[in-house]
Amino acid sequence: MSTALADAEPAIFAALADPTRWQLLRLLAQLGEGTATTLATELPVSRPAVIKHLGVLDRVGLVTRRRAGREVRYRVEPAQLDATARRIAALAVVWDTRLDALKALAEET
Amino acid sequence: MAAQTDRIERHVLIAAPVERVWELITTAEHLGRWFADAGAEIDLRPGGAMSLTWQGQGTVHGRVETVEPPHRFAYRWLHTSDAPEQATPANSTLTEFTLAAEGGGTRVSVVESGFDALDLDDAARSELFGSHSRGWAIELGELVDHAAGFPAGR
Repeated sequence: MSTALADAEPAIFAALADPTRWQLLRLLAQLGEGTATTLATELPVSRPAVIKHLGVLDRVGLVTRRRAGREVRYRVEPAQLDATARRIAALAVVWDTRLDALKALAEET
Repeated sequence: MAAQTDRIERHVLIAAPVERVWELITTAEHLGRWFADAGAEIDLRPGGAMSLTWQGQGTVHGRVETVEPPHRFAYRWLHTSDAPEQATPANSTLTEFTLAAEGGGTRVSVVESGFDALDLDDAARSELFGSHSRGWAIELGELVDHAAGFPAGR
């Protein structure tokens, strides 16, 4: 776990906590790649709003952008998502571990 | 829906009576064994101070919020060095234990919430994310699986 990611985590969580951005990210993950225009047609928000949300996701490294002619195409950045997900999954174990210890103690005869 | 960032919820079914589990989660003697590993202190009344100590990791302080034997126990867990009586949503998360009799044993539910309202300095934030989890690992995992199907085009 790099310090850089630890420092970025609150921003990543904040980026993911917004329902529209979450929807946007899921859609982008399903499509593989998308532009603000194509994404806006699939979501109940305007193209400028999509651009704003993509900007937030881009700043925390959850999506990457590349220019293709006159378009800007976005895609999900798996490395950042994966690192965050693995981190969270590992942390979810903390309470499970505590409760297992409680169970063991309670069931001691 | 959005990724769930504000709470962790876990459950465990224990083959022991509710009263026994209540004793384990509310007494210093036992908290210092299963929760912390180097002792605990607790003043078991709403507003009472509590602390948990781990070897090599120091002591975490909290404030008891709810005591309803033998079913509900809640406390605020400080993520800063503020005194327990200064616990607020900005510097602490709320942990709630609910105990229910089930099939001769006890169903224990624990909910830790209030992460989104925390206002922490960098050190405290780093500590928090190093020791806590959020309840959306599965959702993120699904998303990662989707995303992994599309290798980065660089």
